[in-house]
Amino acid sequence: MPEGIVTTANAPVARASLKPPLPGTWTNCLGRRLFRFLATLRGLGAFALITAGVILTRFGRARRVVHPLIVKETARAGTRLLGVFVFLSAALGLVVIGQTVSWLTRVGAIEYLGSVMVLVVVRELRPLLTAFLVLARIGTATVVELGTARATGEVEALEALGIDPVHYLVVPRVIGMALGVFSLTVYFILGALVSGYLWAFIQDVPLLPTEYFRQLTRALRGLDFAVLAGKTLLFGAIIAVVTCYHGLAQPLRLEEVPQATVSAVAHSVAACVLLDAAFIVVYLAA
Amino acid sequence: MIRLEDVSFGSMRDPEHAVAEGINWSVERGDFWVLAGLHGSGKSDLLMLLAGLMPPLRGSYRLLGQEMPIFDEDRLLTRLKVGLVFESGQLLNQLTVRENIALPLRYHANLAASQADATVQAILDELELGAWAELTPGALGRTIQKRVGLGRALILKPELLLLDNPLGGLDPPQIQWWLAFLLKLAAGHPLFGDRPVTLIASASDLRPWKRCARQCAVLRGHSLQVVENWHAGQPGTADIVRELMPEI
Repeated sequence: MPEGIVTTANAPVARASLKPPLPGTWTNCLGRRLFRFLATLRGLGAFALITAGVILTRFGRARRVVHPLIVKETARAGTRLLGVFVFLSAALGLVVIGQTVSWLTRVGAIEYLGSVMVLVVVRELRPLLTAFLVLARIGTATVVELGTARATGEVEALEALGIDPVHYLVVPRVIGMALGVFSLTVYFILGALVSGYLWAFIQDVPLLPTEYFRQLTRALRGLDFAVLAGKTLLFGAIIAVVTCYHGLAQPLRLEEVPQATVSAVAHSVAACVLLDAAFIVVYLAA
Repeated sequence: MIRLEDVSFGSMRDPEHAVAEGINWSVERGDFWVLAGLHGSGKSDLLMLLAGLMPPLRGSYRLLGQEMPIFDEDRLLTRLKVGLVFESGQLLNQLTVRENIALPLRYHANLAASQADATVQAILDELELGAWAELTPGALGRTIQKRVGLGRALILKPELLLLDNPLGGLDPPQIQWWLAFLLKLAAGHPLFGDRPVTLIASASDLRPWKRCARQCAVLRGHSLQVVENWHAGQPGTADIVRELMPEI
């Protein structure tokens, strides 16, 4: 290399920058991950608060533009997934009943079938499963749409037009997904309860429809309906906030969109599971 | 209309790092400025600052007599007097051409699509975009996307129009169309009740602008310089202007 030519290999500043700032011990690695996690948590919390503030203060603004978007997102997260959910509710009704009936019959406890259905289907399995399915179908698409919009400058265009990107892009998705998850869960539960009885009928379980219905109503409490509504609405809102955050809140290049999608899914799953655990505590304490 | 006093600004990608410093500049109503500079000199970033998308790092920026924060709700009406045409249009890909142009009007005036249709159709006709009205941006060429961006910026009848390299990548007939239309806007277009619009357009080649832009400012070496007598061929034309008007 001729004298006087500075390359990144021999430049003193470049040499120093090639060294990591801290030794690569496992404690430093853990610490970096923890700080990154806390930073993400802080960003998500701030984004959620901003979204809530915009919903409260600007819900009535530009109704003729934003409210049709809410309807469209509700249809996307709810109505359009109905066919898939009808199939899944039938299949999962079989899974629960198929496993439950044989064991309850063996121990002579078939009168607990209704309670098992309420516990498994209504309280736990369906809400979380619905949330995960909506996350997979709609949540991932949201990250890709908004991430691409961010990378191609659509967000700056909205700001230049005096349109709040949170109001136009995020609020319809949050409300739409919350309503979508709630309504899909209701259909999912109804479908599973009906298909559960059909499968029990096919397996010659000596259980009349009236008895099955009586068991269900005896196992259901008023708190179940309140918790179901609260849980599903919050699942939908959380999925929307997390996916919108990963697509929108960070400056993104196009090649970073796939990684943002993966992160959004992981964070949404974790948040939904934690929320579910919190509701279990509330339910048990009540 | 615009007053910058000792303004330093960063870039949209790196807001903390100053692209230019110590800018003192004023734009009066009815001006037609070309903001020139080589690639990477900060022309687009300065337009983003003028549009209110970015705060200055230092100094004061006043638009129509009001200090400019970015997202101050009280200043929204002032900000809406500024229209911004992005270099590549930056249209919303989920909406058609008609919906893209209608969006700001419908959002701020809370209009249904049918209520805004007459105004949108007038813009579509004036900009010769009727044939593409129901297509989405993905189906459009860059030339048409730029015009749709112009239509979207004009729908709210701004008093100040900022254009980021509007002639970039256009062929000669398109360049002539744009220059003729901007001259009409500067003189007073019937769409705006014959009210002249103040124009600031960025460019890295000054040649097409010789016959229409009246004032010229050049971004170079992290500073902004207003150039007098900038039209080529006149004695005393500054070197920095000659650099942007090469002879072929």
